[in-house]
Amino acid sequence: MFRNQYDTDVTTWSPAGRLFQVEYAMEAVKQGSAAIGLRSKTHVVLACVNKANSELSSHQKKIFKVDDHIGVAIAGLTADGRVLSRYMRSECINYNYTYESPLPVGRLVVQLADKAQVCTQRSWKRPYGVGLLVAGLDESGAHLYYNCPSGNYFEYQAFAIGSRSQAAKTYLERKFNNFTASSREDLIKDALIATRESLQGEKLRSSVCTIAVVGVGEPFHILDQETVQQLIDTFEIVREEETAPAEPEAAAEQDAATDQASGADQGGAGNQGGADQGGSPMDI
Amino acid sequence: MTKQHANWSPYDNNGGSCVAIAGSDYCVIAADTRMSTGYNILTRDYSKISHLAEKCVMASSGFQADVKALQKVLSARHLTYQHQHNKQMSCPAMAQLLSNTLYYKRFFPYYSFNVLGGLDSEGKGCVFTYDAVGSYERVGYSSQGSGSTLIMPFLDNQLKSPSPLLLPAQDAVTPLSEAEAVDLVKTVFASATERDIYTGDKVEIVILNAGGIHREFMDLRKD
Repeated sequence: MFRNQYDTDVTTWSPAGRLFQVEYAMEAVKQGSAAIGLRSKTHVVLACVNKANSELSSHQKKIFKVDDHIGVAIAGLTADGRVLSRYMRSECINYNYTYESPLPVGRLVVQLADKAQVCTQRSWKRPYGVGLLVAGLDESGAHLYYNCPSGNYFEYQAFAIGSRSQAAKTYLERKFNNFTASSREDLIKDALIATRESLQGEKLRSSVCTIAVVGVGEPFHILDQETVQQLIDTFEIVREEETAPAEPEAAAEQDAATDQASGADQGGAGNQGGADQGGSPMDI
Repeated sequence: MTKQHANWSPYDNNGGSCVAIAGSDYCVIAADTRMSTGYNILTRDYSKISHLAEKCVMASSGFQADVKALQKVLSARHLTYQHQHNKQMSCPAMAQLLSNTLYYKRFFPYYSFNVLGGLDSEGKGCVFTYDAVGSYERVGYSSQGSGSTLIMPFLDNQLKSPSPLLLPAQDAVTPLSEAEAVDLVKTVFASATERDIYTGDKVEIVILNAGGIHREFMDLRKD
């Protein structure tokens, strides 16, 4: 995108019918570090890449619990994300106070979308520079939504946002047909693999990612570092075992993956073979 | 010309009694389960006790509609606290919140007489007693509600520490065990039930200690 004479205000249309400020806000989402979400019939998993600015600082919080049945992962301007999370929490608390029942996710995302839309039609405001992956459970099952700065929202089986999210999306596109019937453990494993795809070469460790789960009978919570590291170790180990009996499928994928630098990633293809065999012992 | 008074009151008294006793590492909170209006009984099975936070339990007697509203407000505020601080509220923090919430409605009070019990940050039992507009104090034991005039003197007799001014000096009261405290609560309710028409049916006893929360019931006279 290049600067042009229609991009100064959010209240200015371009002759092609575009609101450039809104599109620039969506760019901000693409610059943030990756956030990934996937859902099965009964569970939703959120994962995100946590990159600290420097070794000296802590990393930013990108996953927020909104209520026992709703959580959100953000990408983009994390400050905007924090503010929107506070709004979402407040809405859930107020709804529960009035109706003594949990706020349905579908309602919450609409309210959020409407709030975002307001900022696209006021000359004294700017759009929120954050994309939100809202994971939640309601009476009709598990849901995953993506809320844009534009005020649009979409429901997804699986999605990824932020920088290098295309790698994760490619993986998810290959696998999403199986997600509905996935078990909780397999869903988390797929989330971790998708996260690893976004890291593109860097070793997947629990210190660079955060995983959160919500499901039937399981309130939204962020998994602690130890659990995540154990899960990573489990499937990394399986991957090393599977590279020895090279399947034709795995061989084909390894050819495609030859340009990947780190050794940690070469087994990625082998793990696909392992996953398809269904032989990974995921004991949490 | 005498002032005209309202012929309708927004308040009602649903009666009942509440007690809380703090121990060295436990807290016992109890309330009867009778809900009345006037000389009638609305139900024999209504809980006046609310588990506000992990280590904090509140028992309230008075106007139960106001009590319910108060419990909901505190519950919502506690959720907000948890989101912001990533931990549960301590009992002393909840005590202050309750006081502030009550005073907020200083000019249209919650008709709710509360007793808050739990474990403080050191794990010791604590009891806070309130009036309807939020004046509160940390104490070792307390009672509120219709039977409190019968219960409180008895608790004073059994639990009050001897004055340090006495000669010859008397030992501080030996610490009460959890079982003794529960037994005392049962005795106290059985006695209050005899003479207070608004107290009876059942007593709900909640015990908070390091092991968590435990609830038991004891039948009382139903007349």
